[in-house]
Amino acid sequence: MELQKLHTDVLIIGGGTAGCYAALTIAEHAPDARVLICEKANIRRSGCLAAGVNALNAYITEGRTPQDYVDHARQDAAEIVRGDLLLTMSEQLNAMTAHLERLGLVILKDEKGNYVTRGKWNLKINGENIKPLLADAVNRLEHVTVMDHVNMTDLSVSGDQICGAFGCSVEKEIFYSIRAKAVIICTGGAAGLYQPNHPGFSRHKMWYPPFNTGAGYAMGIRAGAEMTTLEMRFIALRCKDTIAPTGTLAQGVGAKQVNALGEVYEDKYGLTTSQRVHGTVMEDLSGRGPCYLKTEGITPQQDSSLMKAYLNMAPAQTIKWLESGKMPSQQNVEIEGTEPYIVGGHTASGYWVDTNRETTIHGLFAAGDVAGGCPQKYVTGALAEGKIAALSALNYMRSHPAPEISDAEISEQMASAEKFLHQKQARFDCEQLEEAMQTVMDHYAGGIGANYRYNEKQLAIAEERISQLETLSDTLSAANMHELMRIYELRERLTVCKSLIGHLRARKETRWHCFAEHLDYPERDDANYLCYINSKLENGRIKIIRRRLVREEEHYEHPDRP
Amino acid sequence: MSILIDRELCIGCGRCAEVCPGNLIQMDGKALMKYPKDCWGCTSCVKECPVNAVKFFLGADIGGRGSLVYTKQRGDILTWVMECPDGSIKEIDINRKESNQY
Repeated sequence: MELQKLHTDVLIIGGGTAGCYAALTIAEHAPDARVLICEKANIRRSGCLAAGVNALNAYITEGRTPQDYVDHARQDAAEIVRGDLLLTMSEQLNAMTAHLERLGLVILKDEKGNYVTRGKWNLKINGENIKPLLADAVNRLEHVTVMDHVNMTDLSVSGDQICGAFGCSVEKEIFYSIRAKAVIICTGGAAGLYQPNHPGFSRHKMWYPPFNTGAGYAMGIRAGAEMTTLEMRFIALRCKDTIAPTGTLAQGVGAKQVNALGEVYEDKYGLTTSQRVHGTVMEDLSGRGPCYLKTEGITPQQDSSLMKAYLNMAPAQTIKWLESGKMPSQQNVEIEGTEPYIVGGHTASGYWVDTNRETTIHGLFAAGDVAGGCPQKYVTGALAEGKIAALSALNYMRSHPAPEISDAEISEQMASAEKFLHQKQARFDCEQLEEAMQTVMDHYAGGIGANYRYNEKQLAIAEERISQLETLSDTLSAANMHELMRIYELRERLTVCKSLIGHLRARKETRWHCFAEHLDYPERDDANYLCYINSKLENGRIKIIRRRLVREEEHYEHPDRP
Repeated sequence: MSILIDRELCIGCGRCAEVCPGNLIQMDGKALMKYPKDCWGCTSCVKECPVNAVKFFLGADIGGRGSLVYTKQRGDILTWVMECPDGSIKEIDINRKESNQY
């Protein structure tokens, strides 16, 4: 492989929603700062908004305050949130919305020019082109360079200070060593850890992008960064087969969750995100499945609007209606829970950060789905975190020159990538090991097949099997750079699985049904678990750290920092 | 669920390969869907193609019945076209300047 050494002021890893907005923020506040965005695909259509998004789900509507949003997120997560992160994010949500509109996003307004709201926190939009709008804005910036099709895989850390990162092209045989004064990580969450709803041909028809493989978590874990609340997995309640969103039906046309007998069951189990999934599992287990959203009886006008709304975000659902010839007004829409994901934009999983979004690695900042403690970010919250992290990174870089990356470290990192290109094909290929990992997680760490439940014995088996797969992944061979990317993705997922299992074992209670349902400890235990479960990888083992809850009145700083 | 690329229609511009979030399409002069089972179904490539050579379909395992879908663009209007197995065509127009009603 060819080695390319680059250096920049701020390196942004991942050009999704948070990453693009971090670049826009830096260009606005420090127009001379050099910014480099490294993106595995192309920022025009990368990350979870590739297909578009059909609502802004985090907006402070009239009569409500940012504090109300904090309270709402705290209640939904049964207390395990960071008040400081939620409040600083919530205060920015409406400014982010206004900026998106200035960039060209279409937001529905009434005749007086006010936004039309959907539910308590949502705005109706046409978000099909949200990613191209952000990408166009970034591409217009003078000192921001975008490197598409570059897959960053490891951080360079000296002591507890960031020096930069390493990665490879996904097309050409190029290895990159990138030195930076500050690094913002916004690689998204992790999909593909568990066996998906349809493991066959449509295995990638999943809620979260299958290309978000937990790279950012894995890089941080390997570099010794502290992670929080990975055990709060996210499971989406979606339309069966197409894995299209249900909120559009539930909030848009007021469709209730009903079982096969036509009984409304959602009020029986509660309305938080995890309770909605739990109720659906319970109805199925009680022999009253399948479950549906009751759309029968809506008007043909509503049918037509729904078809368009789904084309702007999840076209498969509209195609399904058209192909079956049965519109939602004529047939209820079947629903199911997805496989579990780790995603800090919805739950509180991710990097443990201070109020300024700095991780426990000095000079490394986290934003969006990769950052923990701050659930229910959605699009506008990811933008807000991109902004906060960018301003903190700018502040940091002014007083910290970029440390050197040693030649020895570069050689070592490059050799570990080249090994996979040179070694002979072993017994198993990458796909076989990926399927093995997903099966282990499904059976022993609470996947769909286990109704999202697990016990101590099963988690111990999962831990052992994942460790075996990690060893086997060392023997893989790549015929080209795409296959090398896939090997790295598998290894990222295995690293995340290992930490996740450690977190699931550490929270010996059931605070959230389905998200973390521990059969040995089926009750909520506030006496012992009203705290964060954090972790660090030390000498190859997951070390669990319990930390006290942080409220919004506090400006949180990392305690062990000199 | 995945895409089919009509290699007769493809002009080899490479836009679909450029935007695919999974880097699944490769160019050999024309576009080739190298990893059909890895498609997420985001339809980014479908919307980028200037000659309607990239078409989206639902896999049989998620209830697909064989229709192919592509988009045409005229100004602010994005038209989704569905070619059904019986030869019939269905079209839905989306005005990009109009918000979703739900």
